[in-house]
Amino acid sequence: MSKLILTVDDSKTMRDMVAFTLKGAGFDVLEAVDGQDALSKVSGKRIDVVITDINMPIMDGITLVKELRGQADFKATPILMLTTETDDEKRQQGRAAGATGWIVKPFDPEKLLQVVNKVCP
Amino acid sequence: MSNLPDEDPYAIFKKTYFEECRELLEVLEDKVTTLTVDAIDFEDLNAIFRAVHSMKAGAGAFKFDRLVAYTHIFESVLDQMRQDKLDINQNVIDIMIRGGDVLADLVAAAEEDVEFEGGSDEDVRALLEDLLSGTGDGESSSGAATEDLLDDTDGNSDDTASADTIYSIAFRPKAELFRHANEPLLIIRELRSLGQLDIVLDSTKLPDFRTMEVEDAYFHWLLTLESSCSRADVDEVFEFVIDDCDLEITEEAGVARETDAETAASVEEPELLMPSAVAETEAVSQKTTSASKSGKQKAGSQITSIRVDLDRVDRLVNQVSEMVIAQSMVVQDISLALGPRAAVELQGLEDLALRTRHLQEGVMAIRMQPVKSVFSRMPRVVRDLSAKLGKKIDLETCGETTEVDKTVIEELGDPLTHMIRNSLDHGIEPPAERLAAGKPETGTIKLSAEHRSGRILIQVSDDGRGIDRDRVLEKAIERGVVAKDQNLTPEEVDELIFHPGFSTAEEVSEVSGRGVGMDVVRRNILALGGRTMVESEMGVGTTFTLTLPLTLAILDGMLISVGTQKYILPLTTIIETVRPEPGSIRKLTDGLEVMHIRGEVLRLVHLSQVFDVKGAETDPAKALVVLVELASGKKIGLVVDELLGQQQVVIKSMEENYKIIPGVSGATILGDGMVALIVDVDSFEGVTLHSSGGSKDPGADIMKTDTSKADVVKIEAEAV
Repeated sequence: MSKLILTVDDSKTMRDMVAFTLKGAGFDVLEAVDGQDALSKVSGKRIDVVITDINMPIMDGITLVKELRGQADFKATPILMLTTETDDEKRQQGRAAGATGWIVKPFDPEKLLQVVNKVCP
Repeated sequence: MSNLPDEDPYAIFKKTYFEECRELLEVLEDKVTTLTVDAIDFEDLNAIFRAVHSMKAGAGAFKFDRLVAYTHIFESVLDQMRQDKLDINQNVIDIMIRGGDVLADLVAAAEEDVEFEGGSDEDVRALLEDLLSGTGDGESSSGAATEDLLDDTDGNSDDTASADTIYSIAFRPKAELFRHANEPLLIIRELRSLGQLDIVLDSTKLPDFRTMEVEDAYFHWLLTLESSCSRADVDEVFEFVIDDCDLEITEEAGVARETDAETAASVEEPELLMPSAVAETEAVSQKTTSASKSGKQKAGSQITSIRVDLDRVDRLVNQVSEMVIAQSMVVQDISLALGPRAAVELQGLEDLALRTRHLQEGVMAIRMQPVKSVFSRMPRVVRDLSAKLGKKIDLETCGETTEVDKTVIEELGDPLTHMIRNSLDHGIEPPAERLAAGKPETGTIKLSAEHRSGRILIQVSDDGRGIDRDRVLEKAIERGVVAKDQNLTPEEVDELIFHPGFSTAEEVSEVSGRGVGMDVVRRNILALGGRTMVESEMGVGTTFTLTLPLTLAILDGMLISVGTQKYILPLTTIIETVRPEPGSIRKLTDGLEVMHIRGEVLRLVHLSQVFDVKGAETDPAKALVVLVELASGKKIGLVVDELLGQQQVVIKSMEENYKIIPGVSGATILGDGMVALIVDVDSFEGVTLHSSGGSKDPGADIMKTDTSKADVVKIEAEAV
């Protein structure tokens, strides 16, 4: 069974491109437009990796990471932050919330797959 | 970082990106214009930040470098603003507004795939950088980070060591490693992919089973990697766990090639890294709480809309239209077959008809959008202009939620901008003049929209000086637009401002331009099947009123017959219908016919000749003449046989279903299944009939002088 990856981004462009890349590499993809949308979609699903944007309306990525880590099902799920932040601040906030790692934008398909494979059990 | 391949499969996402940009720019515009020095809404700032941020992300993906560099600095400033680290004054707001404009231009340039012209982005970038440097945070967020973004390879590619290096790695995870869902085994797996790996497990930290915490990490490893990869590659393996472990990496050259200096630097690195990383983690944990708080505050608004491709909606609109037609055909057939008994039989069908109509309305409603998207651009226009003109103006809008077809909305922006500018420039007086006239110093422009009898009515009214009719008339005479001795009613004088090439501004101002304005407005609105009207009172103000159809998919038409054929005339173009006196028709030498009516000379166009229809009435005195107004304001008379009645018709494109025919703007299917062409009256502008042999058109010349003498353009079509 192929692995299921949840990608959370308020930008349709980003969601489309991430999904396209992952599907091309044989992953299944679940999309959500913000943190809250993501939380509402994960219940009952076995998610293998979460990739989330940081800056989103309604619920931002860092809050989402916290919320997910608080759920028993997500204790050991790799959560990657997809972010343009090159400075450490957001990255550290994300880590403090429980994120596993990060993918630095600009979006690069190879880099994305490389990082996903790195954390994918 | 690798480049996308040449035959870029990701190019298809550009369309989405630019669509998204348009939406984001709208948000930006909307929020930026509401920023004021006294009331800063941080939610708005967040929204602006996110808009720019999203644009940057996409721009990066598609390598729009100039856009990336620009959005980056823009975003940094916004970030400072939303964190309240930057004092927001009028100057900052002005830069934001300008910044948004330049951003829109940059996006447009990227979309058209042209090099951005001019250096306005550089100018604004310089301003933004100034703002940043003022916050003291300039260093970290501007220059350095931009470099980072554009090139995050860190120059690793230089030191591709050709010979193997032996890395000795002491990897000692802290207890909390697993809390970030990092997995030491995956790290080891990744290291092994780099080269020859020797693994020694140190399990001495494993506690007694009873005191063991299942979620803690206890194992340590001593790893020896023999690989040709660079130090950076090794570091990258531990990228995500660097804060969750003690890591010591030393390297010895297997067959040494590296210089001593480099080795020394690399060896020192871990020691440098560790303390700072720890400190940062602590510093940051405080900020996280505030971030999550703001995240919660944002919750509450739910997504209640979906994005649908316009094509799909149009297909649906089309299908439903067909259904309406099919249904009326059924009704007609049954009535014909059953005669008088039909009434009873048709009762059930009436219910169906009602439901079909509701369905049609519902489907049309999908294309409807609130005028807000156009109205929201106007505060901006007012603000820019009033500053330029030194006038004080409040803009009041109402009815922003009034909905109208998307196509109409798109076409509405320019005319509305023109009208607002006109009111600002010509209507509202300078503050001193207002005070002298006993008016409040600040002028008011009201912009409103409402639905009225199946159309949308948009009004722009100001409390300015009103139209100075004496001056308008004076100018009109001076320009030969009206004759000296002509008597015009006040309303007729007001109408003159819609005359092409007419401008009363004492000096042609940069603002409303050289008389392009109100005539263009009228033409644009007419092209949408709309009407423009003006009412004005000296010293009190002026009101411009536009009425527009709610949709361009349906047309209010007049069904007419010419010989055996039926045609539709757009109702909005019809001024009146007359049966001319025989004496009022004159034939000109080259076969043109004109008609005198109330002192005007109008050119006559025989539809039967235009469309080559047999059996039509050729004598205008025995037929009907429908006076129509063209988009240019000219009037002509169309000679037809009969008016069959007013009818709402569904417009079918000729282009899509057949081919373009001159003189026809579209077609529709009538209740009896017959196709009726919709006459494009504007195509008769300057037409010389085929009999005239293409010579110079004296009739048109007559028209020119005479219509311009002209008075009245009676605006409201008589048939409503």
